[in-house]
Amino acid sequence: MGTALILATDFLIILLLLMGFLQFRNPTGARRGNFTAAFALLCTFGLVIGRHGSVEPGLVFAALLLGGALGWAVAGRIHMIQIPAMVAFQHGAGGIAACLIAFLELTRGTGGTATTLSEVSGLLGLTIGTATFSGSMIAGGKLAGLMKQQPVVVRFHSLLVLGCSFAVLLVAGIAGKGGPQTPVISLLILIGLSILLGILFAIRIGGADMPVLISFLNATAGLAAAFCGIALQNRLLIACGATVAASGSILTHVMCVAMNRGLTKVFMGSVSKQRTEGREVPTVEKSLIPSETADGGNGFEYALSAARIAKNVVIIPGYGMALAQAQFQVVRLARRLEELGKSVKFAIHPVAGRMPGHMNVLLAEADVDYEKLVEMEEINPEFPATDLALVVGACDVVNPAAIAREGTPISGMPILMAHEAKVVVVCNMDEKPGYSGVNNPVYEMAKTITLFGDAKETLGRLLEAL
Amino acid sequence: MGDLLIMISVFVLTFVIGYAVISRVPPLLHTPLMSMTNAISAVIILGGLLLFSLETTGVEKLLGFVALVAAAFNLFGGFMITDRMLKLFKKGNTPFELRR
Repeated sequence: MGTALILATDFLIILLLLMGFLQFRNPTGARRGNFTAAFALLCTFGLVIGRHGSVEPGLVFAALLLGGALGWAVAGRIHMIQIPAMVAFQHGAGGIAACLIAFLELTRGTGGTATTLSEVSGLLGLTIGTATFSGSMIAGGKLAGLMKQQPVVVRFHSLLVLGCSFAVLLVAGIAGKGGPQTPVISLLILIGLSILLGILFAIRIGGADMPVLISFLNATAGLAAAFCGIALQNRLLIACGATVAASGSILTHVMCVAMNRGLTKVFMGSVSKQRTEGREVPTVEKSLIPSETADGGNGFEYALSAARIAKNVVIIPGYGMALAQAQFQVVRLARRLEELGKSVKFAIHPVAGRMPGHMNVLLAEADVDYEKLVEMEEINPEFPATDLALVVGACDVVNPAAIAREGTPISGMPILMAHEAKVVVVCNMDEKPGYSGVNNPVYEMAKTITLFGDAKETLGRLLEAL
Repeated sequence: MGDLLIMISVFVLTFVIGYAVISRVPPLLHTPLMSMTNAISAVIILGGLLLFSLETTGVEKLLGFVALVAAAFNLFGGFMITDRMLKLFKKGNTPFELRR
């Protein structure tokens, strides 16, 4: 094949991949986009096999079969609430693959690594890939509930991270000095340091900051692949890695804006932050404890009549709803209200859930028409005309302290203006403040009816009574 | 050296164009987007293929095999879960009971 032809085919495949992203405008198009991207990857695969051949076709095939079958089995079984954990573990898989590929390429010293720039890229790919791997394992462990969700801060945490990064640079510098073949021992030290760096980095991020971490790891996984691509001198690898890095950067930025927190604040600032009473994750046992609904029986009657007379209702779901597995009950209630001739919408805060857009998927799973899922900017002007705002398992995202008060951890975070609705009904586990630890004045308002206890049960009673 | 210049420009160009295109994805689809890009980052599988396009030693075989398995897991799992997720998004007002 001539060079021009090779360039042209590479270009076409990259175009195809970007087409896939272009189709991500609505769910139907996105399905096609997903297929387009998968097809683009299949093409890169065929192209590389076609151009370079394979010495070990049996081994490659066996690996693909094994990995593919594993991926297939896990992806088919996972629940939508587990998606963030699954995605985090997959970032980790991408990271370890990048680490191994970079390691092998550097030790072999064939092909690209003869030049300085590609050796530097290989070292970067190795470091970023390894740190992505260990960071993702921590993130996945936290999201899957295998580890404590709260941020863990060891003594001199920032100093340790800095020292570790410096050591990584130093060892990488020494490793890069060797001839075409990078010494194995320095690479192994580098891998060890990178693993430590990833762990130190991820372990101090928890709870509501998880969406930022997972988006960031998405970007670094792509970046690691792109650097490996430079080391291996493969344009397709670079292009695919770069688009992933771009996408991850966008999502990281969106999440930071949605919480009004700078990236450094998320990654470094948790230490100084006052998180006196971190929200405890409601467990099943807890929800069995008789809740305040006994004395709130009155409140229940009020809530019922408010629901009866309301003409338009906005439901504000939070991660607490997902933890209580109450989304199906919420949707049943929404349908009942619609049958009674009321207009029902869902207000989705960008950071509701544990990864960007997670709440949308959870509600889509519960069969909500996706056109009823309204974004924050769009729904906020409608709140003053809303008869009833139903808050289910959300706290910080409707906390007016974020816009009214200075100096709280959530100050400046854009919120859903539920407090502007005529009546607010709060179905939360308890009256404890949300993850940020800031008391929510909405609970104290005269027009607010609080129904504490298991949201699933409360909503069920509401549904029955309607 | 010319080759490396091409590499860098490929990186910069796809990053910039990708950024422009992906910025316009609605927040509704952010989770499937991340899941799909996750599958795309498994493109590192090409590195594994390139490794086995030349003679390999025993250790290289083993490590390369692990890399390929991890990447294939990401690739298949990622695209499949994205599709499953996107299938959940429905439009229209079919009553809940009729959908089951």
